[in-house]
Amino acid sequence: MKQLLVFIKKEFAHVLRDRKTLLILFGMPVVQILIFGFALTNEVKNSKILIVDNAKDIVSQRLITQLEASRYFEIEKAAWNHDQIEEGFKAGTIKLAIVFPANFQNELLHQNSVQVQILADASDPNNATTLINYASSVIQDYQSQVNQTATVPYRIIPEMRMLYNPQLKGAHNFVPGVMALVLMLVCVMMTAVSIVKEKETGTMEILLVSPFKPILVILAKAVPYLLLSLINVVSILLLSVFLLDLPIHGSILLLFAESTLFIITCLTLGIFISVKTDSQQTAMLISLMGMLLPTILFSGFMFPIENMPLPLQIISNIVPSKWFYIIVKSIMIKGLGIAAIWKETLILVGITSFLLVISLKSFKIRLS
Amino acid sequence: MDSHPALVVNDLTKVYGKDKAVAVNKVSFTVDRGELFGLIGPDGAGKTSIFRMLTTLLLPDGGSASVDGHDIVKDYRLIRNTAGYMPGKFSLYTDLTVEENLNFFATVFNTTIEENYHLIKDIYIQLERFKDRRAGKLSGGMKQKLALCCALIHKPTVLFLDEPTTGVDPVSRKEFWEMLKRLKDQNITILVSTPYMDEATLCDRIALIQQGSLLSIDTPENIVKSYPDTLYAIRASKISSLLKVLSTNEAVASAYAFGEYVHVTFKHEGPHEKDILAFLHEQGLEDIEIKPTEPTIEDCFIKLLKK
Repeated sequence: MKQLLVFIKKEFAHVLRDRKTLLILFGMPVVQILIFGFALTNEVKNSKILIVDNAKDIVSQRLITQLEASRYFEIEKAAWNHDQIEEGFKAGTIKLAIVFPANFQNELLHQNSVQVQILADASDPNNATTLINYASSVIQDYQSQVNQTATVPYRIIPEMRMLYNPQLKGAHNFVPGVMALVLMLVCVMMTAVSIVKEKETGTMEILLVSPFKPILVILAKAVPYLLLSLINVVSILLLSVFLLDLPIHGSILLLFAESTLFIITCLTLGIFISVKTDSQQTAMLISLMGMLLPTILFSGFMFPIENMPLPLQIISNIVPSKWFYIIVKSIMIKGLGIAAIWKETLILVGITSFLLVISLKSFKIRLS
Repeated sequence: MDSHPALVVNDLTKVYGKDKAVAVNKVSFTVDRGELFGLIGPDGAGKTSIFRMLTTLLLPDGGSASVDGHDIVKDYRLIRNTAGYMPGKFSLYTDLTVEENLNFFATVFNTTIEENYHLIKDIYIQLERFKDRRAGKLSGGMKQKLALCCALIHKPTVLFLDEPTTGVDPVSRKEFWEMLKRLKDQNITILVSTPYMDEATLCDRIALIQQGSLLSIDTPENIVKSYPDTLYAIRASKISSLLKVLSTNEAVASAYAFGEYVHVTFKHEGPHEKDILAFLHEQGLEDIEIKPTEPTIEDCFIKLLKK
């Protein structure tokens, strides 16, 4: 036991004394969260929109106030004619225009139905669709508010609420993805490299000619990275809650338990790679190519798995990050409990035990 | 303690790769308890392969061996508990300090620095003022001393030192060998390998090894004594042309550069001084010095290689 503790202490010293490793270990999650959160987001914030209010009545004013309140829009100015709208689009000063007809309130109150014109600059189709969605969801929101108090519904409103994500927040999708990505990278690469390093520098030779058991080497290598990775989970969650305003809906305890499980999966994967390779470079390349790419491609975090051809869908099942991504999404965003994700959990446990057994079996007790 | 020798090696063989390159060819020797035994041979002679087989890191392809009576294949665990091994390459943690390295290896071997401090005291005293320095920042000699401390800290019964002085300055090399001599007093058996012939005389017994085969096993004195010929050391102003000229002389059996001299043996018993002096003058060489000399291990080695 004392042997193990000293070994673990040694591993911590390796990590904490190597500035580059430290930077990768703790800098990468922060940088990725920031990059995905702010730079790579497909969310459109603070878009300038033009509102043509031909009605100027209470209803239109209220609706405009609600649009203003949304952080997606920045109300530019009220114009009075269509020429100005076209000018704005051509100059690129506005992205969207909303036109309220005259007698807006009257029509709504008496005919129970009214039309609002939404114009978008479709030269950027993605942006346009997103903005139109934002605007119509604000309008629908307002209409449902009005209808709550009305005896006769003013209009049959189609149910268009976005499940789990009413504001179409981009952060929802990428936080679980980044978590899977970061843990995968940190745990797999770091453990693989740290074991292979002992082989490369020759210290493994001395360790082998000692009473120290191979299983203890593996354990001692895994424990520090497990703890350090948990710190990463905490920092990712803190960033997403406080910086990206993404609350954790489910149980935090469950989230940590599942994260620990996934970290262990990654650690065993790293150990497996280290057992099979002999140089730090190979270990690093395999970890990067073999782990990063499948995580991005097959976890469903960037590309929906449902749209993939069947063979790829089948392949995606052996990628641990896919299951972890589903688990985190379920806990964090949908607020589900273990009952909903026991299957995914079981699959991760299975992958982990499988990897652990074959790495222990193939751990070399001699050189070559 | 039982009576069997510390090391028994029987026809040990190691073959590498698909082309069956023989690295170690039926090597046999025994080392007694408390003996300082040297494996002397050039790089690539198979020394490291022998070390790795004896330290249970490699499986032999033929023959057998035992360390402290434990078979190197079957009882590898027992050997790993008691053997001390210092690989040829510096193999400690360069990002840990001197003290941390020592402490780590002490604990891995289920012991403490305090328990066996007497074993490493002489060596560690020189390292003590660097104890907070990282091992990677030590000089070559200091690194070797630290590595030796780490290999010794669990009081091994047999100590395997694979080329411990390669890449170390002459002063540190001398100090290192003095330490080994002192370790003998602790009744620790030492198997050491080196490519430096001058270090051979410091061992109790040596085995000369070349291309995986042992050429001779004996005490350094006996090996030197068994040198059959009279050896002459010859010096002249131009050593390169001296070597060339000497090899054209019919009486010369062998001639090779040895430091600032050329060592020469003759086909027939001498005296040869006068003849050769006249011959060299004739060939236009100047400042000639010629004297009989005592053979060294290196001379013996060269002689054995020629056979």
